[in-house]
Amino acid sequence: MPPLGAQKAVLFVLLGLPLGLLGWDVWGELAEPGSTLGPDPQEAMLHRLGTWGLRFLLLTLAVSPLARLLRRPELVRLRRQVGLWAFAYVLAHFTVYLTLLAGLDPTVLLGDVYKRPYITVGLGALLALVPLAVTSTRGWQRRLGRRWKALHRLIHPAAIAAWIHLLWLSKASYQDAIVYGLVLAALFGERIAFALRRRAAKAAR
Amino acid sequence: MLIKPASDIKPSEITPESVYRSRRRFMAESFAAAGTAAALPAGALPAAWLGQREVRPGQPIGEDLTPERDATRYNNFYEFGADKGDPAAHAHEMTVDPWTVNVTGAVAKPGRIDIGALLSGIDLEERIYRLRCVEAWSMVIPWIGFPVKKLLDKFEPAGDAKYVAFKTLHRPAEMRGQRSLASSIDWPYVEGLRLDEANHPLAIFAVGMYGKVLPNQNGAPLRLVVPWKYGFKSIKSIVEIRLTELRPPTTWNLSQPREYGFYSNVNPNVDHPRWSQATEKRLPAGIFASRIKTRMFNGYDEVAGLYAGMDLSRHF
Repeated sequence: MPPLGAQKAVLFVLLGLPLGLLGWDVWGELAEPGSTLGPDPQEAMLHRLGTWGLRFLLLTLAVSPLARLLRRPELVRLRRQVGLWAFAYVLAHFTVYLTLLAGLDPTVLLGDVYKRPYITVGLGALLALVPLAVTSTRGWQRRLGRRWKALHRLIHPAAIAAWIHLLWLSKASYQDAIVYGLVLAALFGERIAFALRRRAAKAAR
Repeated sequence: MLIKPASDIKPSEITPESVYRSRRRFMAESFAAAGTAAALPAGALPAAWLGQREVRPGQPIGEDLTPERDATRYNNFYEFGADKGDPAAHAHEMTVDPWTVNVTGAVAKPGRIDIGALLSGIDLEERIYRLRCVEAWSMVIPWIGFPVKKLLDKFEPAGDAKYVAFKTLHRPAEMRGQRSLASSIDWPYVEGLRLDEANHPLAIFAVGMYGKVLPNQNGAPLRLVVPWKYGFKSIKSIVEIRLTELRPPTTWNLSQPREYGFYSNVNPNVDHPRWSQATEKRLPAGIFASRIKTRMFNGYDEVAGLYAGMDLSRHF
């Protein structure tokens, strides 16, 4: 394995790539409207950022199962960056909604949050991720001690909320919701199986 | 005005070559008048089943036409997939020639009839209409077609006919969306209108757009266009027209009765449960485009009489 620093650098480039490509397309769109993002660029930006946010949220949740499966516990050291990228995409997704779609109008935002359950649950997912991003540093990890781990379990309801957000905005096809739902179920299933195995092992001792 | 009055054209004057040239000229003029610098490419309307047909130019509505590229590449036609680009990518898999339409139910002269025969003797005209999607975006599209009433009258609706039901082609082998296991739609797609709505002069069947025969992804060879209703009412690729006494089932209403009513008139005062209908995004829209106000009946106030005395928030 290459040194940790190199691994992190590669990861940084990979996970930042969708954002970079979107930035490139936005640049092209600004230079020549209609050239890169289709007739509804706001929707295209929103959709791409939201999709990658959900994917990276699931990838964050996949790190520890992968580490167990591959018997490479050191993989967990890469998890913070994956989680922070997921947060960045979700935050950018929300920012596009807030500025371009809601026009920074708080009454629009509050109306949507109050009246549209898929927006309520989506905002819930974002808010649940904020304390995780804030306390992702080593300093906070030390300060919080055992409570850090408990706090960071918030990613579980956040991922479920993000998935419900997708489910509730689906119209004619549930294909995406089904695919991401199966991934989410597998990740939770692995955690439950792992917990049961550990309990059984403890009981045997 | 650049547009030539329709009376300049007499069917008796038609010879194929001159028709072709004059049609191109009329269309180009109407497009120029509508604010688009469109030079019509060759090989447009007519299609094989349509023959050489004269088209009366449409009245510009003072709003920019949506570029043809957007109207033909960004739309919903769930028979070909759930993404807006899917219809343009996959609709070529659908065979539209030969095509028959079954006209049935409460009519004096029912029958399954070839699309070419169905359109014989019916004059084609261009109609420039706003199209308001239920998803709160809109376009302006120059359709080519004819009033629904003209076709229905050919089959002599019975006195007790009160509704018209329409059905889209169901052919999973050529329509990949119909093969999808993740779809919430029960195929085939069906729609319906009250007979007096269908007979309103604004309601048309379209066989073309942008001076050309209708592309598959926009509902070839025959689709409905009801400009004062949300776009999904304008059913595409029609294979059956049935006159009925009872209100027919409609696809989106069956799928989500809380979200989609039978009438589905464009109405800024009745929100979709998941988003507001008060405003719309006119496409193509830039990154910083702001929304425009949605108008009652999509601005087609002349249909209001059809709904006199009705509570449109209940009959949404």
